[in-house]
Amino acid sequence: MSPAACSELERRLIDCYQRGLPLVPRPWAEIANELGVEEVDVLAALERLQRDAIVSRVGAVVRPRAIGASTLAAMVVPPERLDEVAAMVSARPEVNHNYEREHRINLWFVLAASDHDAVERAIRAIEQATGIAVIVLPLVDEYRIDLGFELSWT
Amino acid sequence: MDVTETDRRLLAGIADGLPLVERPYRRVGDDLGLSEAEVIARLRALIGAGMVRRLGIVVRHHELGYRANAMAVWDVPDDRIQEAGRLLAAEPDVTLCYRRDRRPPEWPYNLFAMVHGRCRRLVQMRVAQLSDLPSLAGLPNAVLFSRRRFKQRGARYAPLAEVA
Repeated sequence: MSPAACSELERRLIDCYQRGLPLVPRPWAEIANELGVEEVDVLAALERLQRDAIVSRVGAVVRPRAIGASTLAAMVVPPERLDEVAAMVSARPEVNHNYEREHRINLWFVLAASDHDAVERAIRAIEQATGIAVIVLPLVDEYRIDLGFELSWT
Repeated sequence: MDVTETDRRLLAGIADGLPLVERPYRRVGDDLGLSEAEVIARLRALIGAGMVRRLGIVVRHHELGYRANAMAVWDVPDDRIQEAGRLLAAEPDVTLCYRRDRRPPEWPYNLFAMVHGRCRRLVQMRVAQLSDLPSLAGLPNAVLFSRRRFKQRGARYAPLAEVA
């Protein structure tokens, strides 16, 4: 899906509502009012964006460590085992991001759970299941707050 | 602000997003035994306290045409990392910027930045520019482009069973 496939309304939604979703009983109606369209148009546009996976959700981005615990982690996976190991990692409910990256340390994932112990248990379980050591890279400090993603529509 | 048990249930309840119905906060409240007004008030309080960074549309970069995604990392001396991190975070195109623990010898880097772009070459050029910033010039660094995305969704801090 390319951005060119986004309608004018879809682009404006993405540009303007990555934060500040109205906290009123009918937020889509309020957005529609602000954009000069109908509530059903906003709902249909958001449904389409979610269905085509351009938008993963309309929801909350929680500050790291505000609730629960999370960490970045990585593994050195032999190339011939990458599909298998990646699937085992993705299958863990604690894992929310999981990527192959171009490096000797080639599998990178983020785990989140209710507390530090639960994150630790998930890491131990992944090590046991795969036989590969997990490199744990916890957050120490954040220099940029996630305020959404600024797009240049070309 | 203390995050209450109700807040945890609320955030877990919307971890996969608000329902796309006319009154989403009422629907969320119905599922959790909260009133619509309580849901709105708790979200407002969580945003006000900075526990929720933002409430809105969460996009997927790749699907929007931002196909090149690089994790750029540097090994910055501990006494200089705060300044370097703040300067790097202020650069356009840096979407996330973190300090993380090093894990020597296999992982010597402590400053992480995500850079997204429409093509690899532009992201490479951008990361090279960032590496020339005065606070980063000459430091050991690496650029890890993503190759395959196996999983991408919001964090779930509570098991789904606790949500109901």
